[in-house]
Amino acid sequence: MTVAPDITKTELVQLYQQMKLIRDFEEACARQYMRGRIRGFLHLYIGEEAIAVGVMSVMQPQDYVITHYRDHGHALARGMDPNAAMAELFGRATGSSKGKGGSMHLVDANVNMMGGYAIVGGQIPLGTGLALANEYSGNDSVVVCFIGDGALSEGEFHEGMNLAKIWNLPIIFFCENNLYGMGAPVSEVFAVKDIYTIAEPYGIPAIQIDGMDVLAVREAMKGVFSHVRNGGGPYFVEALAYRFRGHSMADPAEYRHKEEEAYWRQRDPLPNFRTQLLADGEVTEAELDEVDADVEAIVDGAVAFAEESPEPDPSELYTDIVGEGS
Amino acid sequence: MAEITYREAVAKALEEALDADERVFIMGEDVGAYGGAYAVTKGMLEKYGPKRIRETPISESVFVGAGAGAAMAGLKPVVELMTINFSLLAMDQIVNHATKVRYMSGGQLSSPVIYRAVTGGGAGLAATHSQSLEHWYANLPGMYVVLPATPRDALGLLREAFTMQDPVLYSEHALLYRVREEVPDEYYTIPFGVADVKRRGSDVTLVAYSRMVHIALDAAQALAERGVEAEVIDLRTIRPLDMETVYESVRKTNRVAVVEETWRTGGLAAEIAAQIQEVCFDYLDGPVARVGGEDVPQPYASNLERLSIPDADKVIRTLADVVGVGA
Repeated sequence: MTVAPDITKTELVQLYQQMKLIRDFEEACARQYMRGRIRGFLHLYIGEEAIAVGVMSVMQPQDYVITHYRDHGHALARGMDPNAAMAELFGRATGSSKGKGGSMHLVDANVNMMGGYAIVGGQIPLGTGLALANEYSGNDSVVVCFIGDGALSEGEFHEGMNLAKIWNLPIIFFCENNLYGMGAPVSEVFAVKDIYTIAEPYGIPAIQIDGMDVLAVREAMKGVFSHVRNGGGPYFVEALAYRFRGHSMADPAEYRHKEEEAYWRQRDPLPNFRTQLLADGEVTEAELDEVDADVEAIVDGAVAFAEESPEPDPSELYTDIVGEGS
Repeated sequence: MAEITYREAVAKALEEALDADERVFIMGEDVGAYGGAYAVTKGMLEKYGPKRIRETPISESVFVGAGAGAAMAGLKPVVELMTINFSLLAMDQIVNHATKVRYMSGGQLSSPVIYRAVTGGGAGLAATHSQSLEHWYANLPGMYVVLPATPRDALGLLREAFTMQDPVLYSEHALLYRVREEVPDEYYTIPFGVADVKRRGSDVTLVAYSRMVHIALDAAQALAERGVEAEVIDLRTIRPLDMETVYESVRKTNRVAVVEETWRTGGLAAEIAAQIQEVCFDYLDGPVARVGGEDVPQPYASNLERLSIPDADKVIRTLADVVGVGA
């Protein structure tokens, strides 16, 4: 069988490489958190890698990403340097934001990664504003605004959907439905059972996709981007997914059933994609092993880079508050 | 020199910016066909069209945040909040996002958005529509808070706001829109963080902002008739604060009161008083007085509302009771 007819071997390997990078990077994060090198809250994306990688694989450089606090995967898939990302998590001067934002607030303006925002739903008005700027300027940039299922109950979500529709803004509201907002099952706290149908009363087209399958995400997003980029207005995507870790490092996730976890574990996007690639026969085990080794070196390098980097100079406390001059 | 109203001054600065810079647009509730709740944007929809004069739904959080987001993408949005009271519905976007993105991104992002809001009481709108909340925002690093008291300042300060690289809260007092003043014909701006001495005097200093500048001037006039010369300082911006001008005056007069419309407890006057005593302690011949609004929700009834907001009599009484001036 053929995995996907319209994708090159190089692209397939790249998808695998990026998912593997996010997985290994975050496992390293967990270890460094336990060592006390990373402080604060650490929310891992492990299990959801297929979403970030699938979405970013069809994005254009001029597009914007804006997201929530579980943002490492989005940042890395969008092209943030793993060294700068890890150094940011370590709170070092070489971090992407000079150590002023940390895990929940990764920003890389060079790749239009406009940030992780850690007030639930807070990124929605900002993302709507980025889309407004696109519409105002008449360019063809699209905004992907990632939200979790927890943000659906925030007023800002509904305000954002409404404004985006009445102004026909180029924005994709992308809901990563991992079934729990911290510990609260979405089915218990959100009145709409099939989440993607929330878009219907707003007149916004919507789809529900399998967030555990990188090729399914990629294929679906091609159509979504095309619609939005060509002036079709906002789109709502619900990706069904599961985080394999707790909400944060502080959460053992005891509110979840073992059977449920086991079901999703066997849907793990990374080994499944590897198996799929090998079954397809285009890529050899040796080639993927080489990718694994490269990724391991990148992640080890990122940890070493962060560890060796200096803390921010005390003078940095007072910089970046307001712009200098005018 | 042409005489214009405070309302016309605000509108003039907006139109200049719309004319000069394609990136400037205005959005808010009823800024379009209605012309703005206080008629500041009247006629602008016809002149600039719906792309640049954008009618928003009654969704403060999203249009306040969208202003910040559009500014992050390089535009120069002016977001009109019908009143400062409605900013509460969007406070997360201002406090957690617009004023934080520069710092939290290590300087990669910035959000040069202008939030215009109508502020103050005195119009019989009761407690939820009569507050002066700017001191809350003045507590925020990363933000500019501007409160013009006169047409001349309204024009110069709003022009300046368009040159800033970070969020500006520009609050217009509802009772000042009809105030008239001659403004220079030649282009001028007024820098932030520079207070203006609105009246010279040597006996006591009155520090004020927004409409309370006029109350302080009324009090100074009444005091002058009793032979007491009050100096009136208009802060014009409360973040940044120009304390040097205040200190200079206090070193001369040795007596000072701070006048503001918001609740006295926890108001900005408390901060100003603290800074004065830290720096000018040896120059003071009496306590630093605060004249503020009564610590009550603003009432509706006319007589009660008058009692809740500082007036010249209250300033004079406080000077006599606390500072020992004109007693």
